[in-house]
Amino acid sequence: MAGRAQPVTPAPGVGAAVLVAALILGTLVAVALRAEGGRGLGPADWAAVRFTLLQAALSALFSVALAVPVARALARRRFAGRRVLIVLLGAPFILPVIVAVLGLLAVFGRSGWISDALGLVGVPPVQIYGLHGVVLAHVFFNLPLATRLILQGWQEIPAERFRLAAQLGAGPRAIRRLLEYPMLAQTVPGVMAVVFAICLTSFAVALTLGGGPRATTIELAIYQAFRFDFDLGRAALLGCIQIALTGAAALAALSVARGDGLGDGLDRPLQRWDALSRIALGLDTLVIALAVLFLLLPLAAIIVAGVPGLPLLPVSVLVAAGNSVVVAGLSTLLLLLLAVPMALAVAVGWSQGVELAGLLGLAVSPLVIGTGLFVIIRPLADPTALALPVTALVNALMALPFALRILVPSARQVVDRHGPLAVSLDMAGMPFLRRIAVPRMRAQIGFAAGLTAALSMGDLGVIALFADAERATLPLQVYRLMGAYRMEAAAGAALLLLILSVALFWILDRGGRWHAET
Amino acid sequence: MKYLVFAAGVISATAAHAELPELTVYTYDSFVSDWGPGPVIEAEFEKTCGCDLKLVAAGDGASLLARVRLEGARSDADVVLGLDTNLTAAATETGLFAPHAVQADFDLPIDWSDEIFVPYDWGYFAFVHEADVTAPVNFRELAESEMRIVIQDPRSSTPGLGLLMWVKAAYGAQAGDIWAGLSDNIVTVTKGWSEAYGLFLEGEADMVLSYTTSPAYHLIAEEDASKAAALFDEGHYLQIEVAGKLAATDQPDLADAFLEFMVGEAFQSAIPTTNWMYPAVTPASGLPDGFETLVQPDRALLVPAAEAPSVRDEALAEWLGALSQ
Repeated sequence: MAGRAQPVTPAPGVGAAVLVAALILGTLVAVALRAEGGRGLGPADWAAVRFTLLQAALSALFSVALAVPVARALARRRFAGRRVLIVLLGAPFILPVIVAVLGLLAVFGRSGWISDALGLVGVPPVQIYGLHGVVLAHVFFNLPLATRLILQGWQEIPAERFRLAAQLGAGPRAIRRLLEYPMLAQTVPGVMAVVFAICLTSFAVALTLGGGPRATTIELAIYQAFRFDFDLGRAALLGCIQIALTGAAALAALSVARGDGLGDGLDRPLQRWDALSRIALGLDTLVIALAVLFLLLPLAAIIVAGVPGLPLLPVSVLVAAGNSVVVAGLSTLLLLLLAVPMALAVAVGWSQGVELAGLLGLAVSPLVIGTGLFVIIRPLADPTALALPVTALVNALMALPFALRILVPSARQVVDRHGPLAVSLDMAGMPFLRRIAVPRMRAQIGFAAGLTAALSMGDLGVIALFADAERATLPLQVYRLMGAYRMEAAAGAALLLLILSVALFWILDRGGRWHAET
Repeated sequence: MKYLVFAAGVISATAAHAELPELTVYTYDSFVSDWGPGPVIEAEFEKTCGCDLKLVAAGDGASLLARVRLEGARSDADVVLGLDTNLTAAATETGLFAPHAVQADFDLPIDWSDEIFVPYDWGYFAFVHEADVTAPVNFRELAESEMRIVIQDPRSSTPGLGLLMWVKAAYGAQAGDIWAGLSDNIVTVTKGWSEAYGLFLEGEADMVLSYTTSPAYHLIAEEDASKAAALFDEGHYLQIEVAGKLAATDQPDLADAFLEFMVGEAFQSAIPTTNWMYPAVTPASGLPDGFETLVQPDRALLVPAAEAPSVRDEALAEWLGALSQ
């Protein structure tokens, strides 16, 4: 394919990928170079690697296995409130870890709602702490994202295919075999790789819900190496292991996810004649109801806890909220500048290298990126003064893998379908980009932008390394309020964060689409 | 409008401070927050110093030391405030800190004689519980009880490390057995103090590792007397928080003046109700009302700073061994 004349040049996308890879690997090298000799990896570190692998693999497996039926139900049904539901389902993903954990525990904890309800009928409380707790929390965070990405896969099956299948009298089983399984075979490996990569750098969630040091992850080992032993060499080495694991997962996913495209359609509205039976309707309703309960109950707990705290919010929290919105905007802009060219480069045949570079942002520990950037920036400028732009940059890098998963399929479709005609009309380059590619990818660009903005709003990330009193973001203020015993105000600030993130996500996501399909 | 006022303030402040020397103090995050001592202390010191005091936050105490080591002799910091006795030996060993000349009459439970670091506050670690619950009176009783506790990970949290040192100081070679006994009481281990305290307030545990002064916050700031700290008869481990001057500072006189100010009335009287710790030098006005209700341990435990690093590594290995089963 790469040999053929293409409507866009891959150069900007490949350049962006090289830049991203250089930046991330550069931070790792910067940390390694500052090392003053350490003790290398011990048995405890390898135990952390094993546990991390186990929990990340299980989390990815369960998140995706549960996301498939939810996405299928949402793809087949249209009902009032579906749009709102789809946006709200994204909320767990964008919450600061500590807030989400408290929300989860308010439902599933020892004195949570479920345990209380069980107590009424004399059943002992739920035992949440352990490997299953870690997986439960990671599914809570990642199920919505996996659902959205897989749902998008369903949306990319042209409506004409379902029409044709119905005309030929294909039943649900035949449709699954002919249309849905091939789509899933293409989509699922990539989604699993992304969820696996997210869970690989998990730390506070894994430790808290894992119930103790048995649940030590690589990220905690990095944290320990850095702040407990000041062994930068070991921190960098562990960072390399994270990258290697993510890289291996990504390569495996890319090699499995081969397959022909699903072909073009005429953008007709979707009708599903195969899903009209009572059983199918009942099943879909049940699946959606369960997903809603699982994902929205903890959010309800956060809202209930946060409302009394809202009037207590001091001005500094509002200033921090303003900072967070600015960081989110900047990070969204940076992301689009990187992700759109990269997605197009993938579409014209540069798939493996560019996708791999894109995954690096998730693969490497925020602590390592932050420390590396700190070491790199310090000789040139005051890192504290650059706290907010640096945070925006790191957030954009973290969102890049998601954005690529969202953008690549539609970029492929646009290039395959309109590329040859555009080339023959001499419309390659900017005209193709402006008049065909970007308008046709608008919905996906909106979704990617919304996700990035929301992710950036909720991320504590590197700001904690750089911040001073004046330049706090909202998640940092939530932590500071908690650190000063002000749990009620912190809950209020967390609710404000939730509202702002969902609002930003809503505006960008909806702004990008002209029909209500996803 | 608010932004305009803010911008005007920033511009005029920058102009006013243009000729003033700048003293940079690295400290932990909760110190600089609006609810910590930072704002009061900055205002008070700037009244007299003829300087601009710049407080820079860098995570918690251990992250603070890591940051200073990362920057080395070229650090922008003049003073580092917020290390404790578990860290001072490692900090001294870096050679980055210079001796102080502060003379003060410290009100600490132990004698203080460190050439490099000056204490500014202290507290006892303790398990905090609801006041209407009967708490165990020592670790053995806790281990045998049904009480559920939430603690912090010593690898990522200062109180978590404090607990490790507490058990080690109280039980020495038997510390591993104590941890094995406690393992079924531990609901979970969190990354930091905030998570653990949050879980406790949510009702996930009967007790949380915090400080004897924690109930004072609820009593004074929230007028809520429902929290209490459990008094343990082995004694309680001390946390003494200190500050030190960097050898490479370009403002040695201002740094000395700051350390002197730190043990003075204005700084010390701000500590109890902003940092919720005991001041290192009790202010002339005494402690705030409510502090007299706090439990008073009979014995203060503290591993000498010089031995802290080796004790720490041994205690961590025991802790991991006992809780990873």
